[in-house]
Order: sequence, then C-alpha cells, then structure tokens
Amino acid sequence: MRPLLLHAAAIALGLATVAQDAHAATLDTVKQRGTLICGIHGGRAGFSVIDSQGRWTGIDVDTCRAIAAAVLGDASKTQFTKTTAQSRFPVLQTGEVDVLTNNVTKTLLRDTSLGFDFGPVTFYDAQGFLVPRSLNAKSVKDLDGATVCVAPGSTSEKVVADVFRRNDMQYKAVVIDKPQELSQAFFSGRCDVNVQTTSGLASQRAIFAKNPDDFVFLDEIAGKDPMGPVVRHGDDQWTDIVTWVVYAMIEAEETGVSSANVDKMLESDDPGIRRLLGVTPGLGKALGLDEQWAYRVIKQVGNYGEAYERNFGEKSALKLPRGMNNLWTKGGLLYSPPFN
Amino acid sequence: MQASGMTAPRLPPAKAATGFWSWVRVGFFSSTGSSILTLVMAAILVVTLPPLVRWAFLDSIWQTDDPAICREASGACWAVVAEKHRVMLFGTYPYEQQWRGVLVVALMVALILASTVRRWWTPKLLMAWVAGLAVALALQFGGFLGLEFVQTTMWGGLPLTMFIFVGTIAGGMPFAVLLALGRQSDMPIIQKLSAGYIETIRGIPLVNILFMAALMFPLFMPEGVNFDKLLRAQVGMIMFFAAYTAESVRGGLQAIPRGQYEAADSLGVSYWDRTFKIVLPQALRIVIPPIVNDVIRAFKNTSVLVIIGVLDLLGGTMAALEDPEWTRYYVEAYLFIAILYFVFCFSMSQYSQKLEAELKSGRNY
Repeated sequence: MRPLLLHAAAIALGLATVAQDAHAATLDTVKQRGTLICGIHGGRAGFSVIDSQGRWTGIDVDTCRAIAAAVLGDASKTQFTKTTAQSRFPVLQTGEVDVLTNNVTKTLLRDTSLGFDFGPVTFYDAQGFLVPRSLNAKSVKDLDGATVCVAPGSTSEKVVADVFRRNDMQYKAVVIDKPQELSQAFFSGRCDVNVQTTSGLASQRAIFAKNPDDFVFLDEIAGKDPMGPVVRHGDDQWTDIVTWVVYAMIEAEETGVSSANVDKMLESDDPGIRRLLGVTPGLGKALGLDEQWAYRVIKQVGNYGEAYERNFGEKSALKLPRGMNNLWTKGGLLYSPPFN
Repeated sequence: MQASGMTAPRLPPAKAATGFWSWVRVGFFSSTGSSILTLVMAAILVVTLPPLVRWAFLDSIWQTDDPAICREASGACWAVVAEKHRVMLFGTYPYEQQWRGVLVVALMVALILASTVRRWWTPKLLMAWVAGLAVALALQFGGFLGLEFVQTTMWGGLPLTMFIFVGTIAGGMPFAVLLALGRQSDMPIIQKLSAGYIETIRGIPLVNILFMAALMFPLFMPEGVNFDKLLRAQVGMIMFFAAYTAESVRGGLQAIPRGQYEAADSLGVSYWDRTFKIVLPQALRIVIPPIVNDVIRAFKNTSVLVIIGVLDLLGGTMAALEDPEWTRYYVEAYLFIAILYFVFCFSMSQYSQKLEAELKSGRNY
C-alpha cells in the first residue's frame, strides 16, 4: 500500500509542478508570441473605447500599451480582447489574456478566492455628486432639500441616504430604474443632484447634457472603487513587471519626465531620473527586462498625467477633474515607491 | 361554331373593374368597416409621416465630423454613419487594411449571387466556393506578399458576419442532412443519438451555447491547449443551425411517399444510392421554404455573437457608439445597420420564392 501511495503522491506532485510551469512564465509566453493580450471592457468612455479609425483608446488601453512597450519594446504590439462582466475573470484564469485591464475594482475576495493579483491602482473611482452649475452648490452641505435622482437598490442610493443623514439634511428622492432614463431625467432638470461613479457621471454628462459646461462636480466623494490591472496569482515576476510599469508612469509624472522631454531627460543629472530611464543601469535587470523599459513606456505612451489628460482631461469629451487621481504632492492618491 | 347552325347571342364582355378609381374603391372602400379603417390609417399617416420626413430628410445632417453641428440640428444626424462607418463595418480590423475586408465581402456576395443561378449548379460551383473561400480567408488573415497578418481577435464588422454566416451554412447543412437521415434511420443507436442531439440543442438557447463555447470550453481544456475563440463560436453556431435545419429536412424526408423507398429497395438499390439519388433530391426541393427560413435566421443569429465580445456588424456598431460625442445618435446608426440586415434577409426570401415557383412547375406534391 505504502509504495502505491508514494507513487500517487509523486505523480500528483509531478502534475502540480507541470501545471505550475505552464502558469509560471507569462513573460516568456508573451515574448515568444510577440504580442501582449489584454482583456478590456471595450465600451466605457475613458477606459477603453474604439475611436472612429477603429483604434482602441482609454486609460486601460494605455496601461496595456505601456506593458507592451516595456516587455516587447513596442507599444503597438498589443492585442485587445473585449470581455464582459461575466467573461472577464474566466479569460484571465484560462490564460486567454496575459493581463486584465477591464476597470476591475480591487477587493479582498477578488484578490484571494479568484486566484488573482492586483497591480497598482490606475484609476480611483468613487461615487460623486454632479449638479447643475446654476444651483451654485460647492459642497454637499449646500444641498439641503434637494431633489436627488437615484436608481433603486444601487450603491448611490445608500450613499445618498448616508450623506444626507450624516449632515442632518432633508432630500427628495426621484427613483428611476433605467440608467438611460435616469440620466435623461437629470439632464433635463427633473432633479438637482445625480449620484453615481465619477467616471460614469462624466461620460453621461458628455452624452446627455445639452451643454456639458452647465454641470459641475461637487468636491466630495463617497465610497471606494479603486481599479487597476489584474494578473494571475503565482507568477511573481509578471506581477512585478505589471506593477512597476504602472509605477514608472506615475514616477515619470512626479519627476517631470514626459513623452515630449524624455530624450532630453536622458542627459539629466538627477540620479532618480537616471535610474528610471536606465542611464544608470540596474532596475531593468532586476525586473528581468532590458534597461530601456521605462524609457520606452514614457516615450511611447507617456507619463500618467499625459494618459489621464488624453482620456479624461479637459481636452477629452469627459472633462473629469483629476481629484484623487492626482499625484500625492498635488492632493491626490498617486504615489510611486522609490525607483532604486 | 358556324357549323352547328345555332348562334348564341354575343354579349359584350363584362365591365372590367380597371382604372385608378375602381382600384381605390375595391381596395380601400369596399365596405363600411374597410372605409373606416382606411380613414383611420390615413389619419395616422398624416400625423406621423410629415414629422418623420422632416426628421429623416429635411432637418437632418448628412455630413460633418463635428458632433456639435448635430447637436444644433433638430433632425437626424446621419453624419454618425459617415463618421463611424469604418468601425461599424470593419470593427477593429486595421484601418489601412480595411480594403481587404471590402474585397472579402465583394467576393462572398459574388459567390452567393453566382449560386442563385440554377444553370450553374454543377460541381464547378462547389469548386468555385472552395477556392473563393480560401482566397477570402487568405485575404482576411494576410501574412503573405507583404500583407500584414491580422489575428481573428481583430476581425469585425460585415466581413466577420459574412464569414460566420457562410461557415454556419456550409458546415451546418451537411450536418443537418446527416442528422435528419440519422433520426429516420432503422439503426437504434444512430436513431437515438441523432434524436437526442437534436432535442438537446433545440432545448438550449443560442446564447447559452455561445457562452459554453467561449467561456466554459477553455476551462475543460488542459493548460496551454486553446482553440481560437472565433472558431469555437463558429462551431457553436454550426451545432445550433444543424439541429434546427435537421428537423426541416426530416419534414421533407417524411413527405416522400413510402412506395418510393420500397420500390428502390425491391430493385436492390443500395441505401446511399437510394438516399442521394432518389429521396434527397425530392425531399430537399420540398423543404426549400423552411430551410430558407433557417438560413435567414442563421444570418440574423450572427448578431448574438455580441454577447461573447465579438465585434460583428452589430457589435461593431455598439462599440462605435461608445464614443461619448456620438452616443446620442444611436437611432440613426441602428437604422443604418437595420437596413443592411434587411437588404440581405429580404433578398434571400425573395430568391427563395422565385426558386420555389421555378421548381414547383410540373409537380403536384
């Protein structure tokens, strides 16, 4: 009996190692294939949408391009798989995509029980308050007695109840089930306040408002929706690469390196910038990449600020204030650990 | 007549009800009820038609790349089609390479049109299809003669819809005939398997089959073994089409008089000869209307691919409309692809009626 058991154990162990191996080398798989496959939402303004020329744009798309620039040397060596809310986790688990950039909110259970690891947050979303400019409200404290449009059973409904109770204020709820109808009701003036995720509000403002400038965000936000790239658990090197590519974009913005000046910055005396751009070697080797990885990310995709401006900023259709998605030095939450 | 010697009085022909006014009287005001209905419908038209014409034609914007101009206009913004037609028709296929998609669609349409000519129903046509499809696939994939290689994940729009549609019919029709024959078979295992397959697949929604193909199937595969998602979806579509069409074909098989089977058997004709030379040619002729029905449905079913993230004609349009500047003109964009779908489906149904009339001549069952 004993040898049989041992055999079985050995076989099981062998199988486990094989399975581990198949999983362990996302970097090699990507290099061998020559393209990076990212799972994207494919239909959320600012995160991933197709432009009129059929090209993908958005902050999730930029994250993917940045990883491709670092790993493969070319940001265009990307392939995007459109995933839905149902299909996004299975496609990562089965290895159909190398990284999931489908504005996935980071939660404990997703990190653990689904077998994933999260990279740094690339977009902090939360429930925001959109009001007509004519209301002259600056803060939720100015909203006593306001009419609020909410969807039944939604997070926003809870947030509204919470915020108004905490401030001891009255409000009238207009409950509308369908998102489309809710937006139309708000932008045609049936209520004073629209509460939803800030990114969602921004895109609805661009879609439905006659004049988007007539509506402004209040400073307060509620709830937490931190989103970032997701990879399979257990491939530490790949997780490291995805993590530090995102940090490189944040670090670049903090140190003032952009796609426009990155070539000039190669001659910078700043030791931090020299290490980031690989002039002083070491960081690339530590990640298992070449030394120009971060240079290429910044040159081909830009720093985080450029990516944000392109997808959410004043020049985009969304015109979403940076808020939490600003550098920690400017009152936001973006903070990159040191590059050394 | 002269010879009989009897002459019936010649009557003038009955007054024919011709001319515009009699057409109006007979067609629209033949009874009180019909008159009321005509007036009500006329009133509805008078109320709805002018605003529709104003929206669609008079106040509409046909060409602009500035969505702000559309916002000012009170009519339709057809410019959304002009702005987004590349994404709607070709999805994420590389922009500079989309001429290949145009050629693919032209090739497919030419093949389909050639197949409608009955004179050309020869083995040569089959060869033309094989060659044509090979050329179309090669064009779509590329990777030779300096053509950029394009993976299936980047395919989209009308070429993708055509590939899936043609693939579904080409793969599903023989499968359907085999299933129908199997269900009619005397061999119990084959009979049970065919019936079981047909009933199972018919009991599952297409959406479900596609989800299985797209999401569940890879989970069962060993690590590293993977089939193309589009191929998996195509197999799912074929399975679905075959199950339905098998039942249509079986209807035709049952309509062949029992005596013909017995006559063939008594002459010692083999099963396959009997089936392919006697039964099927007649059976398939009978079931043209239901099969065309299945084919039209297969064409429309390609739009279900949207739910597994494939950018077919409908998926491409939905993705194109995510652009916040243009989302509000979704009615115009959807009307445009509705017209495209209609043109395809209506042509198919018109052709089937013509074919039916041609084949029916000289037959009484």
